Amino acid sequence: MNNDTAARNTKVMNRFDLTSRLITKLKHEEAVIGGIGNTNFDLWAAGHRPQNFYMLGSMGLAFPIALGVALAQPDRRIFALEGDGSLLMQLGSLSTIATLAPKNLTMVVMDNGIYQITGAQPTPGSTVADIVAIAVASGLTNSTWAADEDDFERLIEESMSTAGPTLIGVRIDDKPGTGTTRRDPVQIRERFMHGMGVREPL
Amino acid sequence: MAVAEGKTSPETSEKSWHGVVLQTLKRNDIRLVPYVPDRVLTTLIKNLHADPFFTTFPTAREEEAVGIVSGAWMGGLRGAVLMQTSGFATLANVLASLAIPYQIPLIMFVSERGTLGEFNYGQSLVCRTMRPVLDSLAMEHHTATRLDEFEFIVDRSIKQAITTQAPVALILSPLLTGGKVFDK
Repeated sequence: MNNDTAARNTKVMNRFDLTSRLITKLKHEEAVIGGIGNTNFDLWAAGHRPQNFYMLGSMGLAFPIALGVALAQPDRRIFALEGDGSLLMQLGSLSTIATLAPKNLTMVVMDNGIYQITGAQPTPGSTVADIVAIAVASGLTNSTWAADEDDFERLIEESMSTAGPTLIGVRIDDKPGTGTTRRDPVQIRERFMHGMGVREPL
Repeated sequence: MAVAEGKTSPETSEKSWHGVVLQTLKRNDIRLVPYVPDRVLTTLIKNLHADPFFTTFPTAREEEAVGIVSGAWMGGLRGAVLMQTSGFATLANVLASLAIPYQIPLIMFVSERGTLGEFNYGQSLVCRTMRPVLDSLAMEHHTATRLDEFEFIVDRSIKQAITTQAPVALILSPLLTGGKVFDK
């Protein structure tokens, strides 16, 4: 958990609850890319859809993968869910995304300040780094902390009609994921490509 | 050249390796080319930027570029990644956890540093890790040394990667590119 400072007046929320709130809002076959571990476990638990992609490794690549999908399908809204520990591995990708500025990409950073899945050790940035400030400084000017669940839902909706990439930071508790993704990478990728309308099933 | 059917190009002497890469990418509808640069790749990168067919841009790390082209492939857009040898050395995890198990036809062009006149000891050491990593993952890879074979290798390798849904590394030897030398 992050040490709360005076600047941090945001509510500590729950990953599964927020993920479920996001999925409920999706009406147009939007893509959702879930980062490794708890982030995609909760995406899986919120209800599998063919437009979901679940990473099973390559920590830190949820946003780059989402950027690729966003470039390939500019008319589809792409959401990417990533943990703070994962994002710290690939901060450079924020600048790449800011430079390319896809209109259809919404990024959510689930920030609990810990590597929950490996034993809840604090991340190197847990007490000092501000992910949203890092995103803004990387050129993603439309980056905001969600104050609470209602604010999160409002920011998600707003992002769907914004003319550039959006990043939403959410502070979350130290709970583990609520489900476990079926670890079948070929099926995950194939189903996702069906969901993206790229392929038909055999 | 066998694969250049329909193309009449008697001035093959004017062909350059980077021209072959650009044209072969185009012929195979590969539009997205993220890269981490290398001196040897300078002209290719410049020409990719100048051609509106391509979406090409630098990334901060090679694995970021691999993530981007993997996402693009799943969304129906073909890509390839450019890098140098030391950049390839950062990729073992993403190859083993994304490209190979998810069956992504990741196409990589690796400018080979570390051999045939290398002046930086670190580069020569990291170069020695490249083929063992590729072999340990049973990945398709070819080292291109000759211009007369190059189009065949590139074109066939791209087509094989896509049809077999498997990654490929095309290593650009200094014998092909001239490489980077100390007095440059």
